[in-house]
Amino acid sequence: MAIIEVRDLGKRYGPRVAVDSVSFSVAEGEIFGILGPNGAGKTTTVECVSGLRTPDRGSVSVLGQAPADVRSAIGVQLQSSELPERIRVGEALSLFSSFYPSPADWSSRLGLSSHLRAEFGQLSGGLKQRLSIALALIGSPQVAILDELTTGLDPQARRDTWSVIEEVRSAGVTILLVTHFMEEAARLCDRVAVFRDGRIVALDSPAGLVSRVDGSCRVRFVPSVALDVALLEALPEVSAVSAVGEQVVVSGSEELLHAVTSLLARKQIVARQLRVDQVSLDDAYVELTGGSDAADH
Amino acid sequence: MLRIIEIEARLFVRDRLNSLFSLLFPCLLLLVLGAVPALRTPAPEFGGLRFIDSYMSSLVVLTLVFIGLQRLPAVVATYREKGVLRRLATTPMHPARLLLGQLVVNFCAAILSVLLTILVGYVVFGVDLPHHPLGLACAVVLGGGGTFALGLVIAALAPNARAAGGWATVVFMLLMFFGGVYLPRFMLPSVIQTIGSYTPPGVEALQQAWLGSTPDWRHLAIMGLVSLVAGTVAARTFRWE
Repeated sequence: MAIIEVRDLGKRYGPRVAVDSVSFSVAEGEIFGILGPNGAGKTTTVECVSGLRTPDRGSVSVLGQAPADVRSAIGVQLQSSELPERIRVGEALSLFSSFYPSPADWSSRLGLSSHLRAEFGQLSGGLKQRLSIALALIGSPQVAILDELTTGLDPQARRDTWSVIEEVRSAGVTILLVTHFMEEAARLCDRVAVFRDGRIVALDSPAGLVSRVDGSCRVRFVPSVALDVALLEALPEVSAVSAVGEQVVVSGSEELLHAVTSLLARKQIVARQLRVDQVSLDDAYVELTGGSDAADH
Repeated sequence: MLRIIEIEARLFVRDRLNSLFSLLFPCLLLLVLGAVPALRTPAPEFGGLRFIDSYMSSLVVLTLVFIGLQRLPAVVATYREKGVLRRLATTPMHPARLLLGQLVVNFCAAILSVLLTILVGYVVFGVDLPHHPLGLACAVVLGGGGTFALGLVIAALAPNARAAGGWATVVFMLLMFFGGVYLPRFMLPSVIQTIGSYTPPGVEALQQAWLGSTPDWRHLAIMGLVSLVAGTVAARTFRWE
């Protein structure tokens, strides 16, 4: 049964269309990722799923009901929402835990134990982020919606947070995760929806997204003597060839490396500075979102 | 809800400068003015009373407008601007509860400050205790209600916390003027005195309850009406984000 069901969601702000037509469903215990450039409609979509906004069109249901009716079952971590400057970490935790029937304390797991008396306004960005995650999980939610989970965290804290999320998931919680980090999506998500201009342009597992990209393998080298590019293009495994200065970049299917090296061997050309790349989720993302605004993270 | 009030109270107290100012400033002003001998001498302008006797009601005005217009709108607008209300909207607790908590805490602070002023006036300068305590209580509650409601209207309509602060300060200055805080009311033209009877928090009703007998019910009714109208406008126009 789908825990989150979004059908033909549409939302505009004045003349600007934030979300055009978005449909997806998330199964129980799944970690569902939402990727996309700024302004692609990611945050608006999760705000509709959190019950913060009313869609103009389409329907959203969580646990079979309207999101606003199941707030106590949804834990939300919002982008750019703060607490009163002078509230202490411990006070915020106890205040929020009083809103829920069966609160859960993730503060020590998130490394907040030694900061309980610190005031919110004095916390570093990373600690604010961790407090925000602890508050999202405090109501023992069945569904957690995390917008920009690890933005502002250092690499170590990011990895720690990922393992917290894996723990949360293994407790059966369904997670909707908005992220800018491909590594995060590749590590955590079962499926990923790539947003662009208010629509979903691809929806697949991280590995599935990668395999959609043409020329999933890439070979670069500097030939010892000048090489006729047409010979490479004639190979069936090759999908594209480009020359950058002396360097030749060939992309194509998985068997590309063998085909290229055999050709070079026949021509008695030595390949210097040989490098082989597999396409990553990064590349897949850039290709799917048309490269626009993809360099800003 | 109790938990919210408790936390809001802690936050109020923790903000030392503002909480001390709103609780103690009227008393301090009374002590300073009372230290001037001429203001402790009965004079015919005040109907044979001393300046400080007739100034007590203006001190109550000061308390109510300071808390209702300098503290309340700023905090509420900041809560909205920082996304505190938005964050709360994702929990089962409606963010209106947070505003209610703010109102309760600020109202309690105002009452405390008024009681303190009465006490200091009585103990240090022998100012009469309010002649009509129930009338004064009504005047404080209704006048405070009107002032707080104006503060909430400003918080609701101002685009951001800075604007809210600016607008509130203008209204604050005006109400202090009409309430006889800058210049004692007997020095103001009679038309200004009349206006002052009808602008929140209603200095005339406070004055009558303190020094005379019962406050004029029309003044109290006006304050009630202001609270009701401004409160409705604030509730109708309030944006949560």
